[in-house]
Amino acid sequence: MPWHILALALKEFRALLRDPRSRIVLIGPPIAQLIVFGYAATFDLNHVPVAIYDEDAGGAGRELIARVAGSPHFEVVARLTREAGIAPLIDDKAVLLVLHLGPRFSADLQRGASAPLQAILDGRNSNTAMLALSYLRTILLDFNRDWAARHGRPAPPAVLQMRAWYNADLDSHWFIIPGIVGLLTLVVTLVVTALSVAREREQGTFDQLLVTPLRPVEILIGKALPGMVIGTLEATFIIVLAVLWFGIPLRGDPGALYAGLSLFLLSAVGIGLMISAIAVTQQQAVLGAFLFLVPAVILSGFATPIANMPEVVQWITYLDPLRYFLIVVRGVFLEGDGYALLLDQYWPMAIIGGLSLATAGWLFRHRMY
Amino acid sequence: MKKTSDLSRAARGRMRLRGMIRKESIQIMRDPSSIAIAFVLPVVLLFLFGYGVSLDARAIPLGLVIEQPDAATAGLAGAFERSEYFAPRRFGGIQEARQALAERRIDAILWLRNDFARRLLSGGEAPIAVLANGVDANQARITEGYVQGAWLAWLGRYAAAHGRPLAPPVALHHRVWFNAALISRDFLVPGLVAIIMTLIGSMLTAMVVAREWDRGTMEAMMVTPLRIREVIVGKLVPYFVLGMGGMVFTVVLAVYQFDVPLRGSLWALGAASALFMLVALAVGLLISIVSRNQFVAGQIAIVVTFLPAFILSGFIFDIHSMPQAIQILTHVVPARYFVAILQSLFLAGDVWPVYWANMGAMALMLAVLMALVRRKAHKRLE
Repeated sequence: MPWHILALALKEFRALLRDPRSRIVLIGPPIAQLIVFGYAATFDLNHVPVAIYDEDAGGAGRELIARVAGSPHFEVVARLTREAGIAPLIDDKAVLLVLHLGPRFSADLQRGASAPLQAILDGRNSNTAMLALSYLRTILLDFNRDWAARHGRPAPPAVLQMRAWYNADLDSHWFIIPGIVGLLTLVVTLVVTALSVAREREQGTFDQLLVTPLRPVEILIGKALPGMVIGTLEATFIIVLAVLWFGIPLRGDPGALYAGLSLFLLSAVGIGLMISAIAVTQQQAVLGAFLFLVPAVILSGFATPIANMPEVVQWITYLDPLRYFLIVVRGVFLEGDGYALLLDQYWPMAIIGGLSLATAGWLFRHRMY
Repeated sequence: MKKTSDLSRAARGRMRLRGMIRKESIQIMRDPSSIAIAFVLPVVLLFLFGYGVSLDARAIPLGLVIEQPDAATAGLAGAFERSEYFAPRRFGGIQEARQALAERRIDAILWLRNDFARRLLSGGEAPIAVLANGVDANQARITEGYVQGAWLAWLGRYAAAHGRPLAPPVALHHRVWFNAALISRDFLVPGLVAIIMTLIGSMLTAMVVAREWDRGTMEAMMVTPLRIREVIVGKLVPYFVLGMGGMVFTVVLAVYQFDVPLRGSLWALGAASALFMLVALAVGLLISIVSRNQFVAGQIAIVVTFLPAFILSGFIFDIHSMPQAIQILTHVVPARYFVAILQSLFLAGDVWPVYWANMGAMALMLAVLMALVRRKAHKRLE
């Protein structure tokens, strides 16, 4: 009996790999995407263009400006002599930030008063503005502490000592690249399985398949296997690249990662087959896959945290298998998690996988044209 | 004599073109999947982004570990309990809190050791330890920023209560232009117009035209008197209308449903959108001609149009933060220019230097793409 299933799975593989363009599509784009997006998808700022409007030109002000210019996050690209010069620079996006030191800056500092430093930011990208402001605050805190120590001014009664776990340098690549493992695996697996039944429907061979001695369950397994195998290979390839090429630490148990991966693939294949069973043409199948993929990626916490979403939207995210797998892949990569800490992510994926496969099997039998 | 025959040739051309446009329009209307991409997807995307996607953290679960509670620590804890950014929870000891951090029940720990009050009173920089989960680096940094804010607010109150107003050597006053409250929705929704138009212009067009090759109806059309230019124009006009409709719909929802300000002029929005739509259509057409197969066209369209519009356009990830090589690469992503125009147009108003530079780049791309389409289409026909 299993030989029938194996034969069907082999036939699926052949159908997929026969067309040279389909072969390239399975291999080329994922690599290109991993490399490009691995570097491009970052929230870290460096070389933010800054303009300085220094009316004071005193030594203290120059020291502060030198600290800003010396930071890898900022790059002084312009110096202003008039206030009217500020607006065009920011409007045209020539600079993101203008620092304005008033004429009494050094004098205020020397006599022990608080010297105001004015920062004007371009808020069109709100996240960049917020991060630039936070880098600027850190530079200023250091400057204030050093100045207070040197000039005998009172230190603040309490100071913050901040440390980040799992990612001490707060490098956002460490967050995004493990996420790409989940993202690309989902895209490839879903498209491959979504097209499998739709292709046969379009060519009229699905009816022939249904009248063979194969039972619907066997057809289901035969159709699901290629997606599982391709998804596993794809994910393994990306995991290896993430570790060897991007240097992301893999701290946890790879077994726990692969346990999560197989459950995740099960749900991806199930959803792909469901879409495939509903779609009549290949085009509908691709569009259906796309209609699922976009919300699945956005609601997964891939780029923006689920905790920031409104309550109702947060409930919807529980239906998204990628949500659970992202926690697994980041947990194993960065936090060094093992099976025990990830149990709560495993079982929802198993339920989603089981339910979607069962629905797909039911649709195979009941949706006939 | 010759003149009348020329005229009737022109009239025949117009008639053929009208017929072609009519055929394409009917095809769009009849196919539920085209309707899904043109109308359902924009709505889904808008609501997902408008409501679902936010970079603004609030109610961050924060673990408080206070080893020796007293009046001084109560004041500091109060500063975090009052902040809208934090949802603090108390833990008896640091081990317990670390366990909660490892299990992802809290995102950060604020830890006051038992000598905090003593060092605070002796004036010697009492340490406040903050441990954040750094897996999501962006959120961790934002959390640290909020912690700094709450700490500074507490320092000010503490100093005032002890009769020595806080006078840091340099005090930062900041003003954020165009988006004073730093609402991430106002930043994300304008760029969404570019994503939705990319979907309609490039993805839908690529797949639909590829279907004609798949089914062999393209060859059938080739043997009709239709000229290649008429086929191309006839195919593009209905999708152009569809894409512009999607744009208007998105802008209306953005302004009235999500309260995103629209400070630039409408005609600039129309002109930039029309130009971008033509570029997107040309990309879609080129993909379909090159791939000639729906599966491949769909995959290529996702990889070279949708994902770059999402990640390489500055829509969510700042282009300025990318490595030099990738920054150069973003110049071939048409959405990059349109997103820059949109973000200025919605939030900053009409900034002519931004408009001209980006529209010029899009016009150049359009010219190159059209030349490519014509060459490729000819070659295939011979």
